[in-house]
Amino acid sequence: MPRPAAPADQWRPALAPALMLRHDPVRDTDLLVLPERVVVLTGRAGTVVGLCDGTRTVPGIIGELSERFPGAPVAGTVPAFLDSLRREGWLT
Amino acid sequence: MTAPAPPGSAVAPPWALLAELTHACPLHCPYCSNPLELARRSAELSTEEWTDVLRQAGALGVVHTHLSGGEPLLRPDLEQIVAAAETAGIYTQLVTSGTGLDEARLAALTAAGLRSVQLSVQHADPRAGDRIAGRPSSFAAKERAAALVRRAGLPLGLNVVLHRDNLDAVDALIDLGVAWGADRVELANTQFYGWGLLNRSALLPTRDQLSRARETVERRREQLGDRIDLVWVVPDYFDGVAKPCMGGWGAVSLTVTPDGTVLPCPAAASLPDLDPPSVRDHPLAWIWEHSPAFGRYRGTDWMTGPCRGCPRREEDFGGCRCQAFALTGDATRTDPACALSPDHHLVRDPADAGRAEPPPYVYRRPGAAPVPAPAPALTPAPTPAAGGRDPL
Repeated sequence: MPRPAAPADQWRPALAPALMLRHDPVRDTDLLVLPERVVVLTGRAGTVVGLCDGTRTVPGIIGELSERFPGAPVAGTVPAFLDSLRREGWLT
Repeated sequence: MTAPAPPGSAVAPPWALLAELTHACPLHCPYCSNPLELARRSAELSTEEWTDVLRQAGALGVVHTHLSGGEPLLRPDLEQIVAAAETAGIYTQLVTSGTGLDEARLAALTAAGLRSVQLSVQHADPRAGDRIAGRPSSFAAKERAAALVRRAGLPLGLNVVLHRDNLDAVDALIDLGVAWGADRVELANTQFYGWGLLNRSALLPTRDQLSRARETVERRREQLGDRIDLVWVVPDYFDGVAKPCMGGWGAVSLTVTPDGTVLPCPAAASLPDLDPPSVRDHPLAWIWEHSPAFGRYRGTDWMTGPCRGCPRREEDFGGCRCQAFALTGDATRTDPACALSPDHHLVRDPADAGRAEPPPYVYRRPGAAPVPAPAPALTPAPTPAAGGRDPL
């Protein structure tokens, strides 16, 4: 059930309990596995979701990604991506 | 949910495995998806064999398993089987009647890695539910099980098989899902093979019942929004459209039966000349990629009749092979559920027939269904007395 959104800077995204994030070595991709569904995470999406462990804020996640991937447009894309996962109920 | 095949292999790996851990079950639902000939408990795979099957499945690419039956809680080693799936990286969902689930058992299963529970529900009214399930007090057991699952924080789905005797209760069934805290309610119209085909005259609904139920689902979806996922599995006898059975033969998932037989779909044991392989004889990877049984209806080359040139052939894969065989005797024919099938009258006629007095259920029990006659004995059979009735 969707919860009221916390103010953007205070939200510490965490994977919803029913979900499993895993790497799939057979297909060489990251997956989100949930009841009756498998979501294939393309590109670096799995890395971003992997940082959603409930300890980091969104600015914290962006900071960490910017260090790992210098020059990538993370500040522009990551908040919208995380928000879309929250709307699906996959992040809390 | 398709992905390109990895390099070096012509066959894309499977995503999901249905593990039928046992055919034993406290319920006797007349539409059960198990075969008419139920596997004996003594023939079941051991804990070690299931552990190895799940390890092989994970290595092959399976990421999702339904632990089902029969009633999987009747396996005392279910916790070990869950743990084996978790070790193999496979997401586990328990598919249960709820009978036999208590707090300690659920805690042990959760500790082993169980992720989600699907509970079968026969009706929203306890007495009607118990009658369909063929077991007193089974509804009460489900209500307790649902509460336990919610308290444990696991996602809960309700699985309802729809037919003549519960389609008018769809509104109440959705209310039940809300009251029990379900995340998902699957409203699946009966598929008529095996026990369902045996009970078809008792289970087939009327068109009016179906259209009212469909409207109800639409209305409740609008009203409930994101609160609950309402899944409607189409009644293929009535829609004139074949269902994309299993996402294609040997394309997405496989079924392992209690005795280790591996099937492209749970009903495929009904195909008499399939000769399905067993995990007791072959590695799972060989079975998926190279066995004749999995190759037989894979892709579109095997297609006949209207399927062959049909623009929908990559969408519905010709429908259900088991239904084609059950109704026409030939598994390569277009599924008679499709309005383009020359055999479409085989589903249309029974769907349109009025049934004022449906027959009683043949409940699912070992020995309840007629099975093929045993091989003839080598000694001469007694000659029937003149004028005697055909013994069959």
